[in-house]
Amino acid sequence: MSVIVNQSRRGFLKTSALAGGGLIVGFILPGAARFAAAATQSFSLNAYLRIGSDDSVTVLCGLSEMGQGVHTAIPMLIAEELDADWSRVRVLQADTDPAFRNPLFGMQVTGGSTAIRGHWEPMRKAGATARAMLVSAAAETWKVDPATCRTEKGAVVHASGKRLSYGKLAEKAGKQPVPQTVTLKDPGKFRILGTSAKRLDTKVKVTGKAQFGLDVRLPGMLTAVIAHSPVIGGKVASFNADKAKGVPGVRQVLSIPSGVAVLADGYWSASQGREALEIKWDEGANATLSSASIRADFAAAADKPGLVARKDGDLATARPAKRIEATYEAPYLAHSCMEPMNCTAWFKGDELEIWASTQAPGLNQIVLSQVAGVPPEKIKVNTQYLGGGFGRRFAQDFAVDATILSKTAGVPVKLVYSREDDTRAMFYRPAALCKFSGGLDDAGRPVLFSARTVTASISQAAHLPIKDGIDGFAVEGISQMPYSIANVAVEWVQQETPVGVWFWRSVGHSQNIYFVESFIDELAVLAGRDPYEFRRTHLDKAPRYKQVLELAAEKASWGKPLPAGHFHGIAVGESFGSYTAEVAEVSVASDGKVRVHRVVCAVDCGMTVNPDIIRRQMESAIMYGLTAALHGKISIKDGRIEQGNFDQYPILRMNEAPKVEVHIVASREAPGGVGEPGLPPLAPALVNAIFAATGKRLRKLPIDPGELQRS
Amino acid sequence: MKLTLNGRKISLDVAPDTPLLWVLRDTLGLAGTKFGCGQALCGACTVHLDGAAIRSCTTPVSAVEGRRVTTIEGLSKHGEHPVQVAWQQADVPQCGYCQSGQIMSASALLAANPHPTDAEIEAAMSGNICRCGTYNQIRQAIQAAAKIIRKEA
Repeated sequence: MSVIVNQSRRGFLKTSALAGGGLIVGFILPGAARFAAAATQSFSLNAYLRIGSDDSVTVLCGLSEMGQGVHTAIPMLIAEELDADWSRVRVLQADTDPAFRNPLFGMQVTGGSTAIRGHWEPMRKAGATARAMLVSAAAETWKVDPATCRTEKGAVVHASGKRLSYGKLAEKAGKQPVPQTVTLKDPGKFRILGTSAKRLDTKVKVTGKAQFGLDVRLPGMLTAVIAHSPVIGGKVASFNADKAKGVPGVRQVLSIPSGVAVLADGYWSASQGREALEIKWDEGANATLSSASIRADFAAAADKPGLVARKDGDLATARPAKRIEATYEAPYLAHSCMEPMNCTAWFKGDELEIWASTQAPGLNQIVLSQVAGVPPEKIKVNTQYLGGGFGRRFAQDFAVDATILSKTAGVPVKLVYSREDDTRAMFYRPAALCKFSGGLDDAGRPVLFSARTVTASISQAAHLPIKDGIDGFAVEGISQMPYSIANVAVEWVQQETPVGVWFWRSVGHSQNIYFVESFIDELAVLAGRDPYEFRRTHLDKAPRYKQVLELAAEKASWGKPLPAGHFHGIAVGESFGSYTAEVAEVSVASDGKVRVHRVVCAVDCGMTVNPDIIRRQMESAIMYGLTAALHGKISIKDGRIEQGNFDQYPILRMNEAPKVEVHIVASREAPGGVGEPGLPPLAPALVNAIFAATGKRLRKLPIDPGELQRS
Repeated sequence: MKLTLNGRKISLDVAPDTPLLWVLRDTLGLAGTKFGCGQALCGACTVHLDGAAIRSCTTPVSAVEGRRVTTIEGLSKHGEHPVQVAWQQADVPQCGYCQSGQIMSASALLAANPHPTDAEIEAAMSGNICRCGTYNQIRQAIQAAAKIIRKEA
């Protein structure tokens, strides 16, 4: 049991009685008026929940729903401590307000698998505080000691058997003093947390009613598309818009820093208008840039010493009996959210309002404040459902350009990226090259592990501080290498290129755990050991890794006979406070085509909120990782991104989707993230299975079937 | 030009080469049909034309003149189509953006074939991308919807 002291932070659990109508609005959020106007009276007990006179509980969620289930998980945290009737709980997207700052970022943003880690306690506290106020309201009504009252499923019950529903108590509860301390439930008493409650956003998503950013329509709004330089970093030299302006529906053509924008009555006219633009580009310095030139630079950089991210023991004295070296490579990757980037902005002179599928409304306010020239608090961000996020919607490009366009055009503007614009927008998982050296003693135990990774800095791209010169995103998953090896060195060589880099689902772990877990497999082969047993032996000081490894192996029947031509590979990793192990079952056809039949995943993400959502997130990350391993590659030629639409940047389809099984470790550890940790072990488990099948070690992603052809 | 949209006869005054998708979304304000690729590569824009699944992003509106178009908004009044029921029972959607298209592809499949095999489901659904990777849930929900449809028949 934990006792939480309420702090008097602005907007947090503050109540106040307002004169008029007897309606209590504890915290006035923009949008509160629409509740007051509703037929059912609704009472706000704090910033995060309202209770209706009809017993409904409405949770306001400040986090962005992008598929990860946060619009269900946050209400579950509140409902648990509130002792709500889950069938009466609904959710609304909250406005941008300091009350909804993500405690792990200090601003209102959703990402880094932080939703549960950051809100596990604060949201439960919000529920517990409201519950205490409902109890106090009931005790006052009945003139009894609150200690003689308990709560169950949306009602306060007195020892005598008297009972009042939350809906009947809500008005009076809003007038109770906010308790200074609240006691949170012991996890053993959880009734909602840890159950697979149904998602609250399903119905609107099967009826087409869920409103995504791209679905926003405002009166007088124009739709814009932008012609960007085909060459990275190029600029407009000159342009002629006469033909574009002749396209029916085109209203304005504007030159802005990122290119030439065509504004029209709708998307089709705008994109036809863009086709008709005649632009001369100044291609700038990058017109000869290519993937080959970038790779050569990376390979050369790998020969230079880097910054030391980890050093254990002394490599020079390791004196291994057997030694191997290997170099791994991973490409740039696009996020390819199903909903292309877009933003609707309405600049109103002294204020700005935007409607966007955004992961970062708090950051939008700060950045757009500079663009619009109005203070952050004069910027209203209306967060819509996100058609995928994966880190991409942390970026500000679409919001900045929509704001510039609305300010310039003087009307509301919806900026829309075509699929090609979206793929080429310069926000990529960084390419990386990692050079390993490893060694075993004469008993086959690993005694040396050195890794030097060459990659760009995401922190630098995102203007985040870099501690001690080392960008944690560049080395995460390598520096935390969990095996018991006495002599370890991990180095980072920062290698910047003109290609834009950004956060991509699981960030540095996405390539680094592929590197490490493939190389560990190589060491197991060198030692002549079973790859699972080798890992298990040397994870002796990493119990949570070991536990998921063992669980995945057991559930996949590791070491037992498989159908003819099928092979297993295994990998393990930690990211965002959660531990995952995956076993991939794979076959390789004679033409080199790889088929993944089944993936078994074990996850230890600490205490669980909703096991079904956890399983789905693991499966989702596995499919995302498999898309990358099989198909994902952004390449550059003549300074241009070679991929545009899904024919050139293929996404996994149903006919390639493996069966997935997810097993969750029962745990009382603090909750870890779930949106991302399913991804990192997929690629190495797959590549390790391909090695088992073919004897070929694929040290470069995506998988090239040409390397696996048997003639 | 005239067509039947979600059971109602409507008249339109739009350029005939405009893709049906943008007529639905921008002219008529029916935003349930989604834009994903503009090249019939992802299936997010799937609607029914005379009962068959088509990609509205590459179908000029002139091609549907006098014909029957159904969008997600017209599939049922309140989400009670068996495919939508099965989708809800299985909590299929994650981000949900592709799901209108998935549901329109699945409902067209089941209207033509209420006993689909796994291979037939794959063949009918592999034109629809889901970036959240809900394929296994879609597969199961289609089988569940088929059962509901067969019971109703």
